[in-house]
Amino acid sequence: MGALISLVAVVGLALLAAVGATAGDGLRFVLGVIIPGIAFAVFLGGIVFRVLHWARSPVPFRIPTTTGQEKSLPWIRNNELENPSGLLGVIGRMALEVLAFRSLFRNTRVEVMPEKEKVNYIADKALWAAALAFHWAMFIIILRHFRFFVEPVPAWVEKLQSVDGFFQVGLPVYYITTFLMVVGLAYLLARRFFDGKIRYISLPTDYFALYLLLGIALTGILMRHVEKVDVVQVKAAIAGWASFQPAPPVGVGLWYFVHVALVSMLLVYFPFSKLLHAPGVFLSPTRNLANSNRIRRHINPWNPDIQGHSYAEWEDEFRDKLKASGYALEKE
Amino acid sequence: MAEKTPQELIQIDLTPPPRKWMNPAVDFEARRGTWSYPTAVKNLVYMGMPNPREWSPTDADWKLPENWRQIIHDGFKDLLKKYRSLEIFMDICVRCGACADKCHFFIGSGDPKNMPVLRAELLRSIYRQDFTTAGRIFGSLAGGRELTEEVLKEWYYYFFQCTECRRCSVYCPYGIDTAEVTMMARELMNLVGLNINWILEPVANCQRTGNHLGIQPHTYKDNVEFICDELEDVTGIKLDPPINRKGAEILFVIPSADYFADPGTYTFAGYLMLFKHIGLDYTLSSYASDGGNFGLFNSVENMKKLNWKIYHEAKRLGVKWILGGECGHMWRVMHQYMDTMNGPADFLEMPKSPITGTVFDNAKSTKMTHICEFTSDLIRHNKLKLDKSRNDQFRVTFHDSCNPSRAMGLLEEPRYVLKSVCNNFFEMPENTIREHTFCCAGGAGLGNDENMEMRMRGGLPRGNAVKWVRDHNGVNRLTCICAIDRATLPPLVEYWSPGVDVSGIHELVGNALIMDGENERTTDLRGVPAQPKKEEQDDA
Repeated sequence: MGALISLVAVVGLALLAAVGATAGDGLRFVLGVIIPGIAFAVFLGGIVFRVLHWARSPVPFRIPTTTGQEKSLPWIRNNELENPSGLLGVIGRMALEVLAFRSLFRNTRVEVMPEKEKVNYIADKALWAAALAFHWAMFIIILRHFRFFVEPVPAWVEKLQSVDGFFQVGLPVYYITTFLMVVGLAYLLARRFFDGKIRYISLPTDYFALYLLLGIALTGILMRHVEKVDVVQVKAAIAGWASFQPAPPVGVGLWYFVHVALVSMLLVYFPFSKLLHAPGVFLSPTRNLANSNRIRRHINPWNPDIQGHSYAEWEDEFRDKLKASGYALEKE
Repeated sequence: MAEKTPQELIQIDLTPPPRKWMNPAVDFEARRGTWSYPTAVKNLVYMGMPNPREWSPTDADWKLPENWRQIIHDGFKDLLKKYRSLEIFMDICVRCGACADKCHFFIGSGDPKNMPVLRAELLRSIYRQDFTTAGRIFGSLAGGRELTEEVLKEWYYYFFQCTECRRCSVYCPYGIDTAEVTMMARELMNLVGLNINWILEPVANCQRTGNHLGIQPHTYKDNVEFICDELEDVTGIKLDPPINRKGAEILFVIPSADYFADPGTYTFAGYLMLFKHIGLDYTLSSYASDGGNFGLFNSVENMKKLNWKIYHEAKRLGVKWILGGECGHMWRVMHQYMDTMNGPADFLEMPKSPITGTVFDNAKSTKMTHICEFTSDLIRHNKLKLDKSRNDQFRVTFHDSCNPSRAMGLLEEPRYVLKSVCNNFFEMPENTIREHTFCCAGGAGLGNDENMEMRMRGGLPRGNAVKWVRDHNGVNRLTCICAIDRATLPPLVEYWSPGVDVSGIHELVGNALIMDGENERTTDLRGVPAQPKKEEQDDA
């Protein structure tokens, strides 16, 4: 049900953009200039607001999840990347987490076999592979889009394009990342449909984000490979608002507007949704803190001002019993 | 013991039902054996906590305060202001489901709300509805839901079905820690008087007597003396451990179960033998008579209160540093919380082994060292005379306790000690040890009898791994460094893997330790006749 509602929402949005794009220059200006502009502002503002909000919240305790040997005695090798004792280790751990999805790489699938009275754990790297493929591909695709934003096209973007198009298949060339992004997303979506556990935990918003991303990828592919959009016009349109001299885009075709509308939706959606995991992971206290608890005191800014039951109170309460069993007392 | 047999209990289907989870209805009557009794009035009164009353989860009316919804809302707001962890964990979960089948309670019950992601969603759905823009506008479409009495009942059921073991947090790509989420949920439930007696009674006891079991100082002394008497029968050496002795170099802090019941008492005996052997200048304390801290499972205030006595007593006695025994959650508190809550311990000195001269600079600030760090250092420096063959009747495996592994990383030290005191050591399968270790399913205050079915269910992954080494390597001894484990693992292995005994590792140290002037050992510390030596067997 949630999957359907989200599908309807995304398709509806695409249709709206398509209809709007054919309804005259006024709406084309709104769709091609105003909405993306607002969306980008909301995206930036929303993220900055959210990250600052998180950053202002206190971290009362140092609670890293340790996934390797601690630093203790000199002859025991500690695992600095899984159980960092200092800043360098934390940076290494975070880098592995953000760039290589270290924790997902641990993933296993459990199998309970009642007849054999056995519980099995099977390495399951598919989620890791799909997530990594999708995220890296998307990141590279975003970088590739710089060719629409900057004139002249920077050399590194050219380089990136040529590496990404290494296989030289099709005209225009198909990029590897195009394939990886779609396959990665398709897998992430498929498990929400076909894995009972994942289906059970999925909210409408989980489908929504996936549909949106898939829609963006597919309209991009349509533009490049089917419609073979006039890149010069696209670039002119984007350069218009990138240089704050916006004009309604001309000669860019229908898919351009759908693509831009979906991207705008994603940008607006981002700071109000789970997509915040991107900045959020950097602030996760179980990952970004060193396990230096006994080495350096961590300060809790709101440490409650309370004391325990003091020795004196305790001695008072049990004085007779303490005496009878021969304890030395503070007060006789 | 659970009424179902292991063969019945293991018929688990991990595929969730087609219906949605958002409309809760927990039938407590039908689910007896899987939840814990609420806190007795006297304990809430003693701790000055809200809404003490007689009630049962099976009642229709839970006697909540009239404005309970507002109380929870305000409390939630307050926690969000205090904990970045809570904000982040509420905001960034993508429901990828990597955590789903990592929870021992889910594996053993197949109840989908035991998937860590969904356990957190129980709270997250309320957070979205009440505190996020998307939730306020889109409600259930954005994953929000109304806080109803039914939701609250579900919280009580599922947040007292989490042992705060942090296994899910290892696999989460963002490190979302369900232990933290559970702790927050329990804080919220405290506000309206929903908590369990098996946590609050120990808390109240500990506040009053210094230990969870409510052992008063005269009984403390009797217990220690009794253990020493028993030990004398085994070793021929009379121990007289100092209690509340001022001016000792080291304060030794242990979980109270170690001087209360088997098999913890044998671990306790092991510590005392070790200290006698190396001539350690130390003292026990009948006031700081528990390092364990059930406040951790209840509220940050109670945790601080109970932990406060440790530094207080160290200061009173004038010791130089603190040594801590084998206990899991105690070490979570000592390692990750004590210094922050009750420090700085600037009146103490950096821990230094008086025997080897080793400076434990990893405890530079907190000034407290783990017994496994201490003992492994002694062994490394050849300061102990050990006869490994005295443990030859044991085929040993090691259960990493949740907190020392996932909140400290104390993985090699206990293994080093074990391999130094016994000849037959076998690891359980790799997905069930070290940072991947499975909980005993009785931690975080859930180790009570009324919750036995859930304990056995949650104990399936651990029990099954023990069974594996029992069947493949003939393992008959499951060692651990946690007092809760020593209490909860025996029924667990009896259920899932009979024929395996449970002990702390210092019990095996005690067995192997050759003390000056001791009698020839004819039994182990438990008084069980030792296996004859190889040569003698051949002679016979």
